Amino acid sequence: MKNPEQELAEIKSMMERSTRFLSLSGLSGVLAGIYALIGGGIAWYWLYFPTSQWGDSSQILNSSTLLPRLLLLASSILLFAVGTAWLLSKRKSKQKAQVFWNGASKRFMQALFIPVLVGGLFTFALIHEAAFQLIPANLLIFYGLGLVAASNFTLGEIQKLGFFQLILGIMAAFFPDYGLWFWVSGFGILHVVYGALMYQKYDR
Amino acid sequence: MKGNYDKAFENVVRLRVMSILMVNEQFDFNSFKEILEVTDGNLASHLRYLENQGYVAVEKTFVGRKPQTNYSATASGKKAFQDHLDFLENLIKENKSH
Repeated sequence: MKNPEQELAEIKSMMERSTRFLSLSGLSGVLAGIYALIGGGIAWYWLYFPTSQWGDSSQILNSSTLLPRLLLLASSILLFAVGTAWLLSKRKSKQKAQVFWNGASKRFMQALFIPVLVGGLFTFALIHEAAFQLIPANLLIFYGLGLVAASNFTLGEIQKLGFFQLILGIMAAFFPDYGLWFWVSGFGILHVVYGALMYQKYDR
Repeated sequence: MKGNYDKAFENVVRLRVMSILMVNEQFDFNSFKEILEVTDGNLASHLRYLENQGYVAVEKTFVGRKPQTNYSATASGKKAFQDHLDFLENLIKENKSH
């Protein structure tokens, strides 16, 4: 018989590997954050430059052609972020000789993307009703819920990241004039911070 | 001493299979093969051993046209594994107190 510590460690690692998606790349979090910071900068330039730093953007959005441009910008950020996460996580699972597409990663994706997809549809409803000021809060809240749900199936840090997104989302709902800043803090800064933490801890 | 060292889990493949089934409601043959990196024959013989012990239940289904063999832990299998875990934990505790 092997020593009991070793045997317990073996059991624990099997339980984790079979239920948790452990290949999630920290670096992709950092990059997603950087995309969001760049996108937030462009959005700020379009919306507020050079008159003010923040404010109610509903008037501006109602009366211009900015809306389609902003939607295109947001979709590109999302596409780049998801694409980067997919590629880098796939590479990480290869390096660690783990299976990328298994029961654990499927459950992770399902837990994350059900809230995120519903949030996306809800965003279109908000646009339809011209409630633009609530969009940043809505994006942060649904994303935060997705992260908290998905954290059961991946690295533990994701849960805290989710809670912080939720807090920012609620604050953004009460202070909609600063919506863009809350959005940049959540999708930009938090992603960079948590991505770096996870990179430090798991990727190297 | 609490717990019971179970010979069925002496083999590392069977120990791993049972660890996975403790935290997954069901797990299929091919997923076992991928995560454990063992050959078909080896895996099949260990799974049959656990089945004969009454520790795992087998269910054959079809996914589209492909046959799939799903495994799950039985109540007695879960109890046996828990006893085995208790034994290991007690052993560690005793070693520390000496």
